[in-house]
Formats: sequence, structure tokens, C-alpha cells
Amino acid sequence: MSVLVDEDTRVVVQGITGGEGKFHTAQMMDYGTNVVAGAVPGKGGQEVEGVPVYDTVEEAAREEDADASVVFVPPAFAADAVFEGLDAPLDLVVAITEGIPTQDMAKVHKRLGEVDTRLIGPNCPGIITPGEAKLGILPGNIFESGNVGLVSRSGTLTYQVVDNLTSRGIGQTTAIGIGGDPIIGTDFIDALELFEQDKDTQAVVMCGEIGGEDEEEAAQYIAQNMDTPVAGFIAGRTAPPGKRMGHAGAIVSGSGTGTAESKINALNDAGVPVGDTPNEVADHIEDFL
Amino acid sequence: MRLHEYQAKNVFADAGIPTPEATLASSVDEVVEAAEDIGYPVAVKAQVHVGGRGKAGGIKLAENKAEAEEYAEDILGMDLKGYHVERVLVEEAVNFKNELYVGVTMDRGEGKPVAMVSSKGGVDIESVAEETPEAIAREHVDPAFGMHPYQARKAVYEAGVPREVALDVASILQTLYQLWDDRDASEIEVNPLMITEDDEVIAADAVMNIDDDALFRQSDLAEMEEETYEDELEKKAGEYGFDYVRLDGNVGIIGNGAGLVMTTLDLVDYYGGTPANFLDIGGGAKAERVANALDMVFSDENVDSVVFNIFGGITRGDEVAKGINDALGQFDEIPKPVVVRLAGTRAEEGREILNDELVQVEETLEDAVQGAVKNAEGGQ
Repeated sequence: MSVLVDEDTRVVVQGITGGEGKFHTAQMMDYGTNVVAGAVPGKGGQEVEGVPVYDTVEEAAREEDADASVVFVPPAFAADAVFEGLDAPLDLVVAITEGIPTQDMAKVHKRLGEVDTRLIGPNCPGIITPGEAKLGILPGNIFESGNVGLVSRSGTLTYQVVDNLTSRGIGQTTAIGIGGDPIIGTDFIDALELFEQDKDTQAVVMCGEIGGEDEEEAAQYIAQNMDTPVAGFIAGRTAPPGKRMGHAGAIVSGSGTGTAESKINALNDAGVPVGDTPNEVADHIEDFL
Repeated sequence: MRLHEYQAKNVFADAGIPTPEATLASSVDEVVEAAEDIGYPVAVKAQVHVGGRGKAGGIKLAENKAEAEEYAEDILGMDLKGYHVERVLVEEAVNFKNELYVGVTMDRGEGKPVAMVSSKGGVDIESVAEETPEAIAREHVDPAFGMHPYQARKAVYEAGVPREVALDVASILQTLYQLWDDRDASEIEVNPLMITEDDEVIAADAVMNIDDDALFRQSDLAEMEEETYEDELEKKAGEYGFDYVRLDGNVGIIGNGAGLVMTTLDLVDYYGGTPANFLDIGGGAKAERVANALDMVFSDENVDSVVFNIFGGITRGDEVAKGINDALGQFDEIPKPVVVRLAGTRAEEGREILNDELVQVEETLEDAVQGAVKNAEGGQ
């Protein structure tokens, strides 16, 4: 079982004719993802990897009965592409694009409150239900079907933790990369809620990092609402205050919140063990199962 | 991208926000000339990207020519929190009876911009926010619609701004929001916004930071960029286009993806080492980029050992391995021991390519980090 995507999810690739779009369409299809259409303005009527391309997402969704999209559109046009997916309307839009202006995302965030579509990302590796479907750029071969849900702000850290799980035979229901930007669609709490409701998810890994207060809020949510056990990891313990470490979100203000320490404390207080290493996270999950 | 005070003030002035008369100067003579034109007293203000310039001696008030000369000599060329001061702003000193704070920033928790006004201006606004949060009036703005004039007025009245200037301050806040929105600012603020004896309102300082991701549509602002770096290595990182932060340890760290690189730093610390840097080569790096990363870390004289941690998604292990071989092949003797850990996309192919006479190859993150920490101990 899984959350959000499975083998029946019918996917439109927005930006399918670009280098990344084309490459990852092939990768996703190899994995088994049901990619039914592409959408690129001005490229309607073409075919990419045997998939028909439409000029608009709306037309692609209508003609091919699609319910989800993956966005590989360059940053300058990406917010518009997300709006197009929301208005098509699709059930799920996954935005891989890195570097979307924050003010564009603020407008998207506002619109998300008015529609039923769920957004994942941007600046994320996407979402995968092992053995069924992946929407995004995650390396499918490291994942294995199982009963652990995973939600993470960082792509490569997700791969690391999954590798630690899979190598000792612990599979995953679904892994969701929510992205490291300051303004994102689906956040920790949304993802935790989905896993809590999924009867097959027996434990959850939550990977956070310095910056913002999302992990602290998630900790509160876990304490109040979750029966499914959660283990955590927080990246950035050694980050000096005031320095930005790659992710837009990964900056420590120095004012006592948003630090690795405050996040680890909040999670511990909520009964969530936090690993000192990714391998220790897998130890905690093993204890839960 | 951060604008200098003088640049931000030009933007503000063009938008109709009153600013003091001022001239940019880069020599003692220019300072004196500007001061004589403007008329004493004048403020001499270092133009560098650091906060707390006044406390650090980067802002001084000159009452006469002798003082203008003295302060210009003090400040020009000084080292201000690691930055070399090359230019100062010579500015009319405003007589004020009151100082306010106005600003707009993104509230990431709400996903909305927030406008802020405080009648406690002229001081470190972060400590005001921490100690007396009620002294700052906040108004969230619908980013799709923009700020209503009533919202600006509401914030100003809530903050207790004196009635005589309240509407002028509200109008300035509205203008700031408009600039924030039009110019893709991530932060915009005036602190202090001075109220003069005659109830005029003047922006005595100006902060304007632009979202780097939006510079493609703010080309005139992008052209104003004058990068200043704390050291040569950060300058080099800028040229190579890396996310790089220099730290004070001796284990050099290179990886892909911010979260994984931060985790590698944390593990170096966990196993008893000290990280020398954060360096993210980003996604999909080709061989040349990998070689540049090694060049960067090798040129840090504090580094005694290097760990390469790659978990490929978009990034391909064989491409990374080729870059490492190319970079190391140029040396007669490897300057510092390198441990490499490759996982994910084409990692096996990468491990086959890697020349293990040049590097130490490890299978797991833990082994790689421990290896690098051990090498660093040996190097000291």
C-alpha cells in the first residue's frame, strides 16, 4: 500500500521536451510509472518516449484522463506551470524545479488554499511508492516495497536514509521529498497525517534540517495526533549561525529557534528518537517494527 | 543579493521615499569635498555588507573639516568584521526627535509577506522582536493582491507612531511593500526612519536584499552586485558557482545536495573531527565541476584531509569518479589524502573507474567519514 501515488496514477510530464523532462520521463517509465502525456506550450502533437504531447495541461488531463503531473519546467516559468496543473485541475502536482523565486511561491501558496490539488515541492526529488510508481528524479533501485513511510526536506539525505533501511531489509510504503525551499506545498504535518491514516505504514522516518520551525511544529503534531511511531534525523548540527548552507531554508537565525538543537529537543519531547547518524535512524525504525 | 546602503537609498529615493542628501566617496579628499558641499555635521558611513556598523566603528559623525578628515582616514581601509572598507557614504546628519522601524519580509511559516512597524527604531530590531514582541506591529499581506492602504495605516497606528506623521509613515510602508513586490526583495527595511523636529520623515538607513532566484527578471539590480567576500576561498567559490561555507576545522568536505553535505559535516564532528568547510557540488555535476571542487578544498591551507560523499540521483558516479581522477592525476604527489564514497546512480561504474592508488575508496558513509577523520589526525 501507499499514499498519494501508485501504479494507477496517470501522470502528465510538464516540460517533457526539455533535457531533464525527457531523461526522467524515460526513467520514470522504466520504473513502471504510468506516464500518459506530456504538456509543453507550442509542442502539442509531438511524441516523446512514445508519449503524446499536448499544448496545455488541461487538454492532456482531459484527453488522457490524467490525475497527476511532474513539473520539469525552468524556474522562470515554473510557477506558471504549477498554476496550470492546479487549474487543470489535477489531484497532485510534483514540482522538481529548483530556484523558483520565493514571491512566485507565495502566490502559489495562496492559491493552494483555494483548490483541492496537492502540491509536492518545489526543489524536491519527488515521491515514490516502491515497486509501483515514482514521480520525480529519485534513484528507484535503492527503494524497496515495505511498511515504512519517509518524509524529508533533502533529496540526497533521503537516498542515504533509504539506503540504510533497504540494506537491512526494511522496505518503504512511500517516500515523499517535500523540498528545502522556504515556501513549499505539502509540509511535514501533511505528510505525517497521510502516513498516520495509511494502515500499511507501521513506522515513519522524518528527515529535517536547520532553518524554519517546521520540525518543531511537526513534533507537536506527532505528540498530539499520531499513534504510528516516528524516528527523526536533523541535518546541520555543526552549522554556524548566520551562514546559509545550500538550501534556502537551511540557515540558522541565531535567535534560538530553527537550530538543530531546538528541533532535536522538540522531537525528543514528542517521543521521537532522533538518530545521531542516518544508520541510527534505521536502528530506531528496526526497534519499532 | 544584498544592495549596499547607498544603492538601496537610490532605489528608495527613486520610489519617492525621502532620504538624506548624500555622496559616495572613496578617498579622504572626496570625503572632505562631499562634507563641505553638504554642510556639517555629516555622517561618514562604511559601505560594507555587515550589520552593526555603528558599534563596530564604521559610522562616525563629523562636526567639522578636521573630524571629517580624521574619520575618513579611520574608516577607509579599515577591516570591519572581516570586510575591507573601500568606500563611505558622506551624509547630511539629520536632527531627529524620534526613530522608527519599518520593513517587509517573508513569513515563511505563513507563506505570506509581512509588513512590520515599530516605534522602537534605531536599535537592533532582532532584540526588540525577542524582548518586546508587542512593540512591533505586524500585518500579513495577500501576495496575490498586494497591500491595501488601510493595512499600512493599521500597522502604523498599532505601532503607536505619532499622529503628526502617521499617514506619511503609512505611505512609506506602502511604497516599501510595492518595492518589495516589484523588485523581488527578500527583505527590505528602514531602520531608523527618522522623524525630524519639523515632523518630516526621512530614511536614515536602508536595507534591501533581493531573492537570488529572481535576479533573472531584475537585471538592473543584478548589475549593481558588488560581491564582497570574507576571504579568497569564498571568492573562488563564487567564481566556480558552488554553495560553499568556510569553517575552522581541518577535514575538507565535498558532497552533493545540501542535506547530505550537512549530514557529512555532522558525522565528521560525531566521529571526533572538525569540518573545514561545507561544499555542495549541486545536482548533475560533470567531471570539470568535481575537479574544481577538489581544487577549492586543496587550496584551503587548514585542510589536512578530504572526504568526498556522493549519493547520486541526477549526479552520476562515473562522472564524479572521472573528475576526481582528472583532478588528482595532475599532481606528482597528492597534496592531502582523499577518501571517496560513491553511492546511487552509476556508483559501481564510478568505483571501477576510480584510481585507488590516488584515493581511498569506502563503501559506507560511516567508513568514509571515519577514514577522513583518521587521515586528518595523521596530518596534524
